[in-house]
Amino acid sequence: MMPMTAIVALGVLTYAFRFTGPLLRGRVTVPAAAERLFADAATVLLIALAATAALTAGHGFAGWARPAGVLVAGVLAARRAPFPVVVIAAAGVTALLRLAGVP
Amino acid sequence: MRDVGLVGLADGIVGVSFGAAAVAGGLPWWVPVALSVLVFAGGSQIAAVGVVLAGGSPLAAVAAGAVLNTRLFPYGLAVADVVASDGAADRAADRAADRAADRAGAAARVTGGVTRRMTACVAARRWLVRIIGTHLITDESVAFALRQDGRPKRRAAFWTCGIALFVIWNVSVLLGVLLGSALHDTNAFGLDSTFPAVMLALALPTLTSRSVRVAAGTGAVIAVALTPVLPAGLPLLAALGGLGTRWAGWSGLPRRPAWQRGGDQKRDGGRPRDGTAHGAHGAHDPATDDELTTGGR
Repeated sequence: MMPMTAIVALGVLTYAFRFTGPLLRGRVTVPAAAERLFADAATVLLIALAATAALTAGHGFAGWARPAGVLVAGVLAARRAPFPVVVIAAAGVTALLRLAGVP
Repeated sequence: MRDVGLVGLADGIVGVSFGAAAVAGGLPWWVPVALSVLVFAGGSQIAAVGVVLAGGSPLAAVAAGAVLNTRLFPYGLAVADVVASDGAADRAADRAADRAADRAGAAARVTGGVTRRMTACVAARRWLVRIIGTHLITDESVAFALRQDGRPKRRAAFWTCGIALFVIWNVSVLLGVLLGSALHDTNAFGLDSTFPAVMLALALPTLTSRSVRVAAGTGAVIAVALTPVLPAGLPLLAALGGLGTRWAGWSGLPRRPAWQRGGDQKRDGGRPRDGTAHGAHGAHDPATDDELTTGGR
């Protein structure tokens, strides 16, 4: 469940991240190491999210259809396929596999 | 313009799948809609909803979404001059307004009142533009703005892209919500694959250095391994432990100036990476000006 307070909290935090940049411009310089750490943290989170969302459902394994679709999407993305193609391929492969009886 | 259209189409598809998958997962319709209006950052919305759909607590969802959005801070620094009016001009205008108000106040109460109202009006409009512009800072609008030369062009690109994407994103999420409510079994259409696919497509172009690849790989293994045993949401935050690999290897030797380190550190750290959201089109140039500025410090 996602209560409205959580949505507003994320909205406020996000706005704060957007706002502080223009506010502090010219007054601070972000150390390059800190910028790298932020960027790397986002990358680590995205990859971990992709992995858990692709492989797991609840506390268990999600079945083969979903990771297979995500794998195809990943290969397409790595080959610089257009974004819509990547998304549609993921859903399409998973849907076809489920149609064929793969869980 | 054509590029904005293409990006808009891509975001529209993501928006539809986000709205549909969120509703199909059992969330009320207003959750994806409110997130899209108030947060307006696709990756973090998908992450937050993903955590909640996996059974995680709202706190874990907010934490995951917030960590993803820290990149908006350096983005804001990069486009500060186009989000609002120029900082220096702003301050000059402020000073002029103050002086005018002072003079007017000293001279005559009536004139002072009018001047104050006028300057207040101008200031209010400037703040309104700034408040709206701030909300429009996204991977896409920043990438488009930075691709242009000169402030007027950058400004036009930022606002065109930002407004277009805000409209497209919210309309498509709404469409997705309707679609998700209409379909009985969205899993049959493979919509559950679109979440991880989008996140993968967002992340792949940022895996530009060995250290971040190691960190991300380690984080993914940690998260998947802990999923069966920890409450949902926590494995994801534990994945940040993958960042520890940055300090474990030779590249993390302390107190060495960045310019003495090897190519491993050559990254476009935190800078708006062209096509972060649309990595498929993104051309990467990891070792250019940032390396130079780092060396100069």
